[in-house]
Amino acid sequence: MEPEKRMDKRIRVDLNLEQNPISPFESLSEEVLFLILDLLNSNPLDRKSFSLVSRSFYKLESCHRRWLTPLRLDLLPSILTRYSSISHLNLTLCSRLTDVTLASIASLLSSSLRSINLSGSRSYTHKGIECLAEKCFNLEEIDVSIRVDLGDEVAAAIGKMVKMERVNMGRCKKVTDLGIGCIAAGCPNLKLLCVKGCVGVTDLGVKLVAVKCRKLQSLDVSFTMITKKCLPAIMQLPNLEEFCMTGCLGIDNKAFVNLKQGCNSLQALDMSNCEHMTDSGVLSILQKCPNLYHLNLASCSSVNVSILSGLKSMCKLGSIKLDGCKVTASGLKSLSNSCISLKELSLSKCPGVTDEGISVIMAKHKDLVKLDVTCCRYITDESLSAITSSCTSLVSLRMESCTKLSSEGFRLIGQHCPKLEELDLTDNDLDDEGLRSLANCHNLVSLKIGICLRITDNGLIPIGQSCPRLRELDLYRAIGITDKGVSAIADGCPHLEMINMAYCTNISDESLKFLSKCSKLCIVEIRGCLQVSSVGISVIAAGCRLLSKLDVKKCCEVNDAAMFSLARYSHNLCQIHLSYCSVTDAGLLALACLGSLRNVTMLHLSGVSPKGLATALLMCHGLTKVKMHSSFKSSIPRALIEHVESRGCSFHWMYKPFQVDFESSELWKQQSHDLFVE
Amino acid sequence: MDQKQRSSFTYPPRNNSPQESFNPNYDYPQFNSQNRTESPYTPSQFFNSQAREWDPHALLSNLSFLEQKIHQMQNIVREMIRTNEGQNCNISELTAQRQLLTTDLTSTIIQLISTAGSFLPTIRTSLLSGNAPIPQLGSSIPSASSAPSPSAYQPNPSPDYEELTKGWGENVVESAGQIQIEDLDVKEGEDVGQDGDTLPIGSYEVLQLEKEEILAPHTHFCTICGKGFKRDANLRMHMRGHGDEYKSPAALAKPAREPGSQPIPVKRYSCPFVGCKRNKEHKNFQPLKTLLCVKNHYKRSHCEKSYTCSRCNTKKFSVLADLKTHEKHCGRDKWLCSCGTTFSRKDKLFGHVALFQGHTPALPSDEVKGKNEEINDKDDSGGVGYNDGDEYLDMKGGYFSPMVNFDSFSFEGLDEFSRTTFDPTENSFSFLRSGSPDFARKGPGN
Repeated sequence: MEPEKRMDKRIRVDLNLEQNPISPFESLSEEVLFLILDLLNSNPLDRKSFSLVSRSFYKLESCHRRWLTPLRLDLLPSILTRYSSISHLNLTLCSRLTDVTLASIASLLSSSLRSINLSGSRSYTHKGIECLAEKCFNLEEIDVSIRVDLGDEVAAAIGKMVKMERVNMGRCKKVTDLGIGCIAAGCPNLKLLCVKGCVGVTDLGVKLVAVKCRKLQSLDVSFTMITKKCLPAIMQLPNLEEFCMTGCLGIDNKAFVNLKQGCNSLQALDMSNCEHMTDSGVLSILQKCPNLYHLNLASCSSVNVSILSGLKSMCKLGSIKLDGCKVTASGLKSLSNSCISLKELSLSKCPGVTDEGISVIMAKHKDLVKLDVTCCRYITDESLSAITSSCTSLVSLRMESCTKLSSEGFRLIGQHCPKLEELDLTDNDLDDEGLRSLANCHNLVSLKIGICLRITDNGLIPIGQSCPRLRELDLYRAIGITDKGVSAIADGCPHLEMINMAYCTNISDESLKFLSKCSKLCIVEIRGCLQVSSVGISVIAAGCRLLSKLDVKKCCEVNDAAMFSLARYSHNLCQIHLSYCSVTDAGLLALACLGSLRNVTMLHLSGVSPKGLATALLMCHGLTKVKMHSSFKSSIPRALIEHVESRGCSFHWMYKPFQVDFESSELWKQQSHDLFVE
Repeated sequence: MDQKQRSSFTYPPRNNSPQESFNPNYDYPQFNSQNRTESPYTPSQFFNSQAREWDPHALLSNLSFLEQKIHQMQNIVREMIRTNEGQNCNISELTAQRQLLTTDLTSTIIQLISTAGSFLPTIRTSLLSGNAPIPQLGSSIPSASSAPSPSAYQPNPSPDYEELTKGWGENVVESAGQIQIEDLDVKEGEDVGQDGDTLPIGSYEVLQLEKEEILAPHTHFCTICGKGFKRDANLRMHMRGHGDEYKSPAALAKPAREPGSQPIPVKRYSCPFVGCKRNKEHKNFQPLKTLLCVKNHYKRSHCEKSYTCSRCNTKKFSVLADLKTHEKHCGRDKWLCSCGTTFSRKDKLFGHVALFQGHTPALPSDEVKGKNEEINDKDDSGGVGYNDGDEYLDMKGGYFSPMVNFDSFSFEGLDEFSRTTFDPTENSFSFLRSGSPDFARKGPGN
């Protein structure tokens, strides 16, 4: 009845005002419009435009929306009345979420709500969760992580949700076995449980989960006190695929060696930072879990890779992380012999990786997809040629700070690995020639060439011209880059989301004008770009409406005008770094009106008075973290600080002397290398 | 109960032993509760080795000394009664008398224990020779959950020994003997009959008592006044009040077994309830070992649970001793299941939850927490509500739980059976509870 009535009204209006008897949009059926809406996912603004077409479109969009991530709580009641069929609610951006709000959400959405994310939100207690448990009986997923003060009551409330499948309570430090026991007994359909960092959880609770929740697929017990006692029960879970026990110091070799039965379904095992694990334990896991694909042994300093040679049978391992482990050439040889289907390998920060080891691996595993040799400082061009000549299907290559590689070596990457999507060459001796060759990698999504002091526009322009899928570009301290290079990137990479041009001193407002064409840009770092002024920032703010992080530290030319533009356009801005800018009270107040703002760093703002600062702090309701100079501590009333803190904001009082100018990038690089040598 | 604290006590040195005339030839075993539960020490070995040293003459002299002592105390008490009736209460005099009595009683107890200790080995050996065990005094030490088979460590006091205990007990305070009787059927687990006793079928005689017999409160009756007793020894003690002829050692002595007579066949008991596993008709018949086992088994399995815990008002028991054991930890079980069951240990709760569908661990609410603390405080202070002896004289057979406070006290110095010896007289010995942690040391020296 109601929609028809409204439509009549609309038509009448059209007839009167526009002499347009019927809108062409009205002829589209609901099904067609829903299909269109299904495809409008990439940019949130698209849906907004859609809903502005007509009232019926507006209504359809309201009915269609399932996911919601509100930026501000004060609008929540009206939003929820509009979007009554929301099933996935993400409240992570609302820092102060009270029980009353949760109760109203529960009664407004009731049975349609299936997933709610409360991670990091403060102020709510178990009573709010109980309201959810009572009314939202279809709730399948809940995230209450990072609430250090939440205890077993919350877990008990979650335990009342019978359909619950995915529970994340990472870093709820006060949760104990009792709470976990409530969840285990109350949620028989549980598929995912994360109790990472819940230090009160012991074997008893985890064991009960393993006994009660037979459908469990993913379990994260990182940084808890579990020991070998609960492992047999976990390993008997018939559907367990992912098991993460990072930093469980209670787990040692015996835990696995004495295990009678391994888990056949287990595919991913993360035991990084388990310092008491050694060779025999790892070997027995591999023998007992035949279907293991991902294995993370990062920082297990006592594991020696050569034990893998003891593994005679087929090893299905496809992905191994050995970051920070003792790795030798012979170890890598046995690894390559036993893990025949290796696709991903991470050897980051392994001091024992040499050319020989890399060559051995590369000879065997030609279809490697991901390789991480970050900070393997002993590998030379020989390794690089081995990598590029055999692994032509590499998708991800990370080789930050491989200082022995020469600029000639990097040319090989572009020539031989055209499928690369992710490339990290930070802090290497890359030159324009090498960079130009990377233009062959048309699929590049993420390119990090920070601290490559030799690259210039000549190298960057080809990248802009041939890598249209680029989303992330890191040019940190790439001092040779100028506006010309950036303009090529802005023209060629419309999907750019993140750009870091910190300390690229030749960058000016022109660059920002070009970049404003990239409508998806959300992270912009132009720290220390002295030529950038408010003009550039205003253009960016107007062009890139999704801007969420902005770093303009030491951009002395940036003043209140930039702040006004940001306040006007950037309603998604949540983090800003303003230190050393020429912002005054007025600019700060304008910025404070942004409801989305949560994280502000403002040191050495000479134009800001304590009064202005205090007013801004009061006005900005959503703040969670503020970094200020400690000299303000005394000039802002104590009561005001306490008030702001009570709203969920934490203050970080910094004591840093005012730096007049900063060293050149060459000097900086030299210093950082000297530091390493020492 | 404070196991740790208790175990840290050891028996005080024996150098302050009571009187010159008394010659204990038996030294206390220096075990405490911790040893009891953990050490591989086997009492039978111990007693056998002691048995060789036993000297009947010494026992006799000890006993007569005790008798003298008891008569002395009787006189003091009579004196006290007389002064009370005379209404001219001199408080200081009364206190002095009480203290004297205290000292005397204490030393008597010590001596009794010593005597019993020296005598026990013989009992043990005679029992081992195949007599049906007498209900064990030592078994009244309740062990909440994890004690090993009680018979493993409990010395087995003879009726004569009880007789002596009763001798002064009944005279000093009318009801003491009665309470002791009540206390005596504390905890004789059926498991006594199960383990350690694998007699082949047919090698023992099976007796079956009728229901009425089992449930009858008394089995021995005074021929003169008709008063009933649970034990013959108690009856004989009682008889002394009826005239001097009953006071002769012959009359007081246990009816002697003819020496050289053939060994009495081993007796086992059957439960009269047809269909019960303990009934002899059952195809997997498991006999009960003693009469007390029969009683407790019948009450527990086939009778109404009439004793309700006054603290939680949920738990019910048919055997009083079970109630008392429960009361000791009632309210202290902090691990609660949604079904209302409480557990003393977290792993027990989790085992329970793992076993049953629909049960969840229950979080302790703040009120309950407060309550528990209150209860604990009460217990620790050792005897709030029990200070007045009359209070539970009236409630004899009903609400009675001396053991609750007993454990928070320290009779640590004494070994297990001495502790039990003390239970019945608890009300008359209330002074012991208030601030006399080391009873043995305080006693005889003064």
